[in-house]
Parts: sequence; C-alpha cells; structure tokens
Amino acid sequence: MRQVSGVALLLGLMALPAALGQRSSESPKYSNQSFAIVSFKWDHVKEPYIIALWILVASLAKIVFHLSHKVTRVVPESALLIVLGLFLGGIVWAADHIASFSLTPTVFFFYLLPPIVLDAGYFMPNRLFFGNLGSILLYAVIGTVWNAATTGLSLYGVYLTGIMGQLHSGLLDFLLFGSLIAAVDPVAVLAVFEEVHVNEVLFIIVFGESLLNDAVTVVLYNVFDSFVAIGAANVTGIECLKGIVSFFVVSLGGTLVGIFFAFLLSLVSRFTKHVRIIEPGFVFIISYLSYLTAEMLSLSAILAITFCGICCQKYVKANISEQSSTTVRYTMKMMASGAETIIFMFLGISAVDPDIWTWNTAFILLTLVFISVYRVIGVIIQTWILNRYRTVQLEIIDQVVMSYGGLRGAVAFALVALLDKDKVKDRNLFVSTTIIVVFFTVIFQGLTIKPLVQWLKVKKTEHREPKLNEKLHGRAFDHILSAIEDISGQIGHHYLRDKWSNFDRKFLRKILMRRSAQKSRDQILNVFHELNLKDAISYVAEGERRGSLAFIRSPSTDNTVNVDFSTPLPGTVESSVSYLLREKAGPVCLDMQALEQRRKSIRDTEDTLAHHTLQQYLYKPRQEHKHLYSRHEIMHSEDDKQDKEIFHRTMRKRLESFKSTKLGINHSKKFNKIHKRDRGQKRRNSSVIPNGNIPSENPVQDFTLKEKDLEFSESEENNDYETLHLGKGVNFLANVTKQNFTDTPAGIDNPVFSADDDQSVYMKFSPWLSSEDTVVPSQRARVQLPYSPDNFRRLTPIRLSNKSTDSFLLADGPEDRPRSFLPESTHM
Amino acid sequence: MMFCGTEDPFGQLGTAVLAVLPLSFLCTGRAWGAEKPLARHANLSLSFFSSSVSHSQITRLYSRFTSLDKGENGTLSREDFQRIPELAINPLGDRIINAFFPEGEDQVNFRGFMRTLAHFRPIEDNEKSKDQNGPEPLNSRSNKLHFAFRLYDLDKDDKISRDELLQVLRMMVGVNISDEQLGSIADRTIQEADQDGDSAISFAEFVKVLEKVDVEQKMSIRFLH
Repeated sequence: MRQVSGVALLLGLMALPAALGQRSSESPKYSNQSFAIVSFKWDHVKEPYIIALWILVASLAKIVFHLSHKVTRVVPESALLIVLGLFLGGIVWAADHIASFSLTPTVFFFYLLPPIVLDAGYFMPNRLFFGNLGSILLYAVIGTVWNAATTGLSLYGVYLTGIMGQLHSGLLDFLLFGSLIAAVDPVAVLAVFEEVHVNEVLFIIVFGESLLNDAVTVVLYNVFDSFVAIGAANVTGIECLKGIVSFFVVSLGGTLVGIFFAFLLSLVSRFTKHVRIIEPGFVFIISYLSYLTAEMLSLSAILAITFCGICCQKYVKANISEQSSTTVRYTMKMMASGAETIIFMFLGISAVDPDIWTWNTAFILLTLVFISVYRVIGVIIQTWILNRYRTVQLEIIDQVVMSYGGLRGAVAFALVALLDKDKVKDRNLFVSTTIIVVFFTVIFQGLTIKPLVQWLKVKKTEHREPKLNEKLHGRAFDHILSAIEDISGQIGHHYLRDKWSNFDRKFLRKILMRRSAQKSRDQILNVFHELNLKDAISYVAEGERRGSLAFIRSPSTDNTVNVDFSTPLPGTVESSVSYLLREKAGPVCLDMQALEQRRKSIRDTEDTLAHHTLQQYLYKPRQEHKHLYSRHEIMHSEDDKQDKEIFHRTMRKRLESFKSTKLGINHSKKFNKIHKRDRGQKRRNSSVIPNGNIPSENPVQDFTLKEKDLEFSESEENNDYETLHLGKGVNFLANVTKQNFTDTPAGIDNPVFSADDDQSVYMKFSPWLSSEDTVVPSQRARVQLPYSPDNFRRLTPIRLSNKSTDSFLLADGPEDRPRSFLPESTHM
Repeated sequence: MMFCGTEDPFGQLGTAVLAVLPLSFLCTGRAWGAEKPLARHANLSLSFFSSSVSHSQITRLYSRFTSLDKGENGTLSREDFQRIPELAINPLGDRIINAFFPEGEDQVNFRGFMRTLAHFRPIEDNEKSKDQNGPEPLNSRSNKLHFAFRLYDLDKDDKISRDELLQVLRMMVGVNISDEQLGSIADRTIQEADQDGDSAISFAEFVKVLEKVDVEQKMSIRFLH
C-alpha cells in the first residue's frame, strides 16, 4: 500500500485526482462479500501498474522538458531526468520514509540496457566504425585498463596516508572500485554527445569506445570481484594469467555470439516474406537472445548485442519490407529512448535512500579528481600514439572533448549495486561515491560540455560580420574541400574493405539476402528504375496519343543547364518559418548567431534579406549536415532531401552534357566511324573486354534509341522527378555514401561526358556499348517492364536513366555491371 | 626537411614514388603489364608537393588513384571521377572534377592528380617563413583562391560575370528559392566585391573581398600533410 500512496502522490503531482490511494484502501472490504459486480483488485495489477505509471511519468516529463527549447538547449535531458528522479524520490520518501524504488541491476541489465545497445549497434555507421576500429579498440581496452588501474592504485595510495580515515578495504577492493568506475558509459555519453556537434571521427571514437569498453569492465570487475572473494593472500600469478585469458575469451566470445546471432537473424529475415507482420519481431527477439546467450555463457553481453546489430543491419534492412523496416526503426528508437529516460530517472530516484549513503569527503572528492585527471592523461598519451599512425589526426580540441566527455553512468551504478556487502565491506561507500560520480559527470560535465565546445570553436574563429561574398564563397570552399576529401579517399583501409566486400558479395549476400534484395540492393538504382518505368509508360502513352513516335525526334532547343531548375516546384516550397525553426533547432549553430548579430547591426533590410536567404537555402556541406547517430530522432530526412536534390541535379546535368554533345553531331553519318573507333578502343582495352564481337548495327540502333530517350526524358523528368521521389523511402541516398565504391571492376566507362570534346565522347562511349559482353547480364539491369506489350518491349532501350546511374551501378560492384544496355541484341 | 624539394627533382620524392610502386602493386593486385605509365610517373618528381609529404601519403594517394582508375591505363578520365558516389551529391562536384583536367584534355595522370590535390595541402609554418624567391608553391593562399576562382570562371576571362555567379549560386541553393531572389543575391554579391564598376568580379577583387577569410585553413585538408 505504500507504493500506492506514493503513486497517488505522483498522480496528485500530475494534477490528477488522487482517489486511487483512498479507494484501494477500501478494497479488502469488498473481497469479503460473496460476489461483487465490480471489484477493485489493486494487488492483482500492482506491479505492472506501477511500472507503467513510472514510464508514463517519465514520458510526460520528457514532454514537459521539451515544451521549452531554451531549457533543453542548455541543460541536457539526462541531467533534467536525474533531477526529476531526485525530486520524485524525495516526495515518495517524504511520504513513506522508505525508498521503495531503485534501479536494480537485474532490471537494468536485462530490460533497460539491451534496447539501448541494440539501437546503437543497429544504427551504427558501420563504415566509420570499422574505419576507426583501431583507435576505438585502443581507447576502449588500454584506456579503460589505464583508468581502472590508476584510479584504484591512487586511491589506495592516498588511503595509506590515512586521509580517508579507517576503511575496511584492501588493495583489491580499491582496484575493484577502480574497475567499475573506470568505464565510460554508453548511455550517458550518447545522451550528451548527441547534443554537441562534434566531428564524425570524434563522435565515432567516443561512441565506439563507450560500447566496447564493456568487455574490459566486465572482465576487470569479475576478476577483482573473485579476487576479493578468495582473499588477497590467495591471488597467485596463475589467477592473474587466468584473468588476462578471460579478457580475450569474454570479448571475443561475446563478439562471436553476436555475429552468430546476426547471421541467424539475417537468415531468418530472408524467409519472412509471407509473415511480414511479425518480421520486426524477429529483429528484436533474436538480438535479445544474443544478449541473453552471451550473458548465460558469462561473455560480454553488450558486445554480443552490439555486434549482432552491426552485422545484421545490412542484410536485415535489405530483406525486410519497407514498412517493417520503418517499424523496426521506430520501435527501436522508442525503446531505446524510453529505456534511457527511465534509467536516468531511476538513477535519481535510487539516490534517495539514506541506507546507502556513507559519506567520506576525501574518498569521494579524490575519486572525482582522479577519474578526471587520469582520463585526461590517458587520452593525451593514447592520442599521441594514435596520431603517429592516423591519417586523420586528432587535434587538441578533440582531445579536450574526449577527456571531458568521459561520462560515467548507469552501468557503473548497476555494477556497484551488484557488489556483495559481505565480501566488500565498504560497499555503501562505493555506492555513494559512484552515485556522486555519475551525477557529477552527467549533470556538471553534461551541462558544461556544450559551452566548452562552443567556446573552443569560437576561439578559433573570431566573430565578425561576414560579407555576402564571404558567406557564399566560404560555403563553396566547404563543398570543394569535401569533394577533394572524397576524391582523395581520406579514410584508408581500402585494401581490407575491398577484400571484405568481395567476400560479402561472393558468399554472405548470397546466403543472407533474398534474391530480390540481391538484385535491388542498390536503392538508387531502384529509384531510377522507377523513373525509367514512368518515363517509358508516359512515352508509350504519348506515342499512342500521337499515333507515332515521331514527336520524340524533334530536336530540343533548350539545352541550358539552368532551365530545369528555374521554377520552384509548388510541392516542395516550404514556408521559411519552418526553415527558420529548423535552423534554430540546431543546438550549436554559430551561423545563426552571426545572422542575428547581423540583423541587429545592419539597417539595410535588403541586404539582410539576401543574407537571410542565403543562410537558409545554401546547401550544407557534408560534414556539417550529417548526423551519425541519434537515439531520439529518426534521421536523415532533411539531409536526404538535399542529397536527393543535388543528386538529381548532378545526374541531369551530366545527362544534359551527354546529350548536348551528341546532338551536335549528325549521327547517322558518323556511326560507322564511331563504331570503328569503338573497335579500336576495344582492342586497346582488350584485357578488359574479352570479346568485342557485337553485330555492327547494334550500336547504331541503340544509339538512336537512346538519343530519343534523352530528349524525351528531358521534357518528362522535369515534372516527374520531384514528385516521384519525394515520396520515396527516406534513405536511398544515405546508402550512396555507404557503398564501397572501390571494389568496382575495371573496364567500364561511364557514358557521361563533358560537353567539349567529341573525340573523347566516342572513345568513352564505346566500352560502354561493348561492355555487354563481359559477363552474364545482371538481372537488375535487365529488369523488364512488367507485362509489356510488344511495342513496349521494343522500348526497353529506354534505359536512359539507367545510363545515368552508371556510376552507381559501377559503385555497386562487378555483379551489377550495366552490361545490358543493349537488351535488343539478346531479345531481337 | 626544412626546404622544398624543388632543386632536387629526382631526389627524395622520386625515390619515394619508386619505393611506393611495388607496394601499390601489392595492394591493388595490378598486373605487371600495366607498368609503363607508372614508370613514367616515377620519373616525374612530385616536387610541387614539398618534401614534407610522407611516403605513406604518396602510397596511399597512389593506391587511391589506381582504385579510381577503372580503365587501368594510368590516367583518370572524367568518368572515373564521376563514379565517386559522394561527388554526385556534392553541389559543386562536377565543377571540381573539371578542375582536375587541364584545358582541352580529358585524361589526368597521377602527376596531374597530385598537382591538383597539392592545392589543398596545409601551409606549414616553415613554409610561411620561407623566402619568396622560388616559384610560389601550389598550396599558397593565392593559389588556393585561384583554384576556387576558376570554378566560377567558366569562360576563363579572369572575371566572374553575373551569369557565372548565378550558375554557381543555383547549384548551391535548394530548389526553394526563386530566380528573382537569386538574382538579387547575385547582384548584391557582385556589388559588394566590385571595385572597378564592371559588374563582374575579377580575381583581384575576389582576393580582396575574401581577405579576412582564413583561406589557408578552410582550403586545406589535414591528411595531405
């Protein structure tokens, strides 16, 4: 009943009638009677009811926090939740004088942690993660061991001087404490880092570190826990050796368990075609099983579920339907976000329990000092080592953020709560200290990290009124730089990545992906197929309407690049208000600041307007607009829109230039010449193209057909492309960047040309024409227009759009080569 | 390492590239038959990259070059560049690709590739203090700016006209902005920079208007050390 009155109080807080508590006290009365039409069975539903209420309270609190953007922009949500927890715990305690709720290790490890970690793994930016795996491992393993050892030893050293007074702990207890307080917490770190814009490398390193250091923590914790149990005198060298071995077993074992379940999950998702409705369930259940299995085998469960998510994401996303994929995304985000909310709130509530508090000023303060100082030292040393090998250096500001971002959280608390009072005499002191450390790092560091980052950034770039020119050209510089980075391929590991993607293509994908998914894995291509299809359909419709296909042949007059984009499409115009809001929502937006300054100081309204427009509409450079991972948001819609826009534009421009090059030529006369060149080129490239024996009329035919299509599409696409794609799945372009574009085979040229050189056009045209012979045509490139009548079939070379996606086909790897641009040669 | 390798064209860097070759064969699995163009590269010194460029950097860039080179003929074509997916979503992607190609050519070899990339090498402290007698290094502020300038200046008359500016603007903003707005932005931009009243931005004016921008930092890539 105590809980009940607590709940009642809570409800009172939420301005709901507090009748529940009173009514529940009457319930026994009714139970005596023979039969009650309505009975009140509080005890029956007590447990789940209370849980549901807590979740409700936490969620409502989140709504309240986000009512005011000002608050959440300054104070991280995690800190607010802890404070709320303290507050609620205080109320409950004041009412009942007992701390009835706390974050128990069981609940935490079995129910709250897995969703968060699974979410992190499933949405992990894989490429970046594996690209920086070395650094992440160094920080996670060496860094954690370093933190644990130094903190434990230093505390013990200070203890020996007697400042802390009399404790019942030996060296091992201190090391045990050091090991549990050493690990950076995935939950807390993400909660804070998400709100601070840091560069992607830094983000992935801290994020990855916090996930992977679990193995180290678990091992250290287990080792020292058992050492404490058997007593310091009995610890031998063999025991230590066992500890080291167990580290490898626990971490590698956990990883393997994760990979195994990822394999299983991918395999299962391959066969769920007829049970679409439970598809998302598999993702959660199997991942959760990986966690429990690892836990059962006393391996690192966090590693297991992380790697399960990391490894399965690609295949699962390809296999399950789009709706299921959306469901998985939302459910995962919801559970992770909810779990995080509850964790922080309960951390607050758990602290309100006088029984666990043992105050020892020296111990607590020194712990805080030591973990901060050693974190800084560790980061500096490790970064120094890493920078000697890294192509992308970690700079001073990165190191500051890394050191400062070493937040401790619920994992430490749950571990310390697991300690056995009989074995570890100072358990309460450890618990209190952990709570203080968690609160300090989450609240104080979480509160100050954003201003710190801002300050460091601002310090680097002095504030000044940017001119229009500076703004525009500055943004151009950003784009240039990111293009150059892409060209020079700044992230290394190409060799291994090539090997892996080969392996993936040859074996894994065949086993784990549906056939349809294998074919259409490249979503960009899908879009262009659709576009194609639409083109073809309207082409035929138009042809039928006019009675002939002659209309296509009329040469187009407007070839200017800009003409297509001159009018904003009505559907895409967004009110500038929403744009402003979006702009403001960005937590660290120095540009906005600049804009506001400018607004104040410039009287020339027109100028302001120009600045404003630019500010709103300039495309963001890659690094700036890309969020890597967010626990609370389904991402990428805005960025995707931008990417899509640019992508379409680029493709169309390439197309235009391709077309304009060709239109300048009286093609029919030159075809033979072309073909000869084509042959010549082929001979030169003979290592690439095994046999170049195309019937000589084919290129001609194909060429004309394609050209028709070019013209056709120009008129058509303009109207289509926005409407067609706005409704498309959100993430098709996100995949572009994730693709391994280095594993392309040699010998295929992209038929996208610059406008200035006829010669070269033909030279490059040829390998493409002939490339059909290289391999068995890919199914994808041969996708037929469904149920096509004969005349339709003849139109298949309307593969214009295919053509324009060539680069992506190529990026896609050998099996996806666009070798069938000449379906006629096989069909006719 | 304090001086640029200009006076020693076949020195360190030549050997560096030579040393790199077997490695890159190893990495890319490239047939020995393709050796010829490489030998040509090896003879060229990459002196425009100062001697501070490390072997591993050149190795890495060379392996990147070969992996982009789908034709395996030792040169890159525009299509090779256009295959890079990220460039398709870069609003200036195709302009930048064009910047890699000398006028009238449609192939770029490793040397040319590196020459363009060299614009983006950070300026190191010891280079700043270096005397200005030698030829200006490619990564100088002025050269960095000129690289950007050429992206705008399509007709190569050393002026950014209103049309040219509009084209770039159109590339860089979303579809949600009207032509009038864009035109007025272009006008204002030119007005702001124009000093001689010809309604176009010359390179000198371009440099002048950006004098306060930290081009050295904005147009440098850390890993091209």
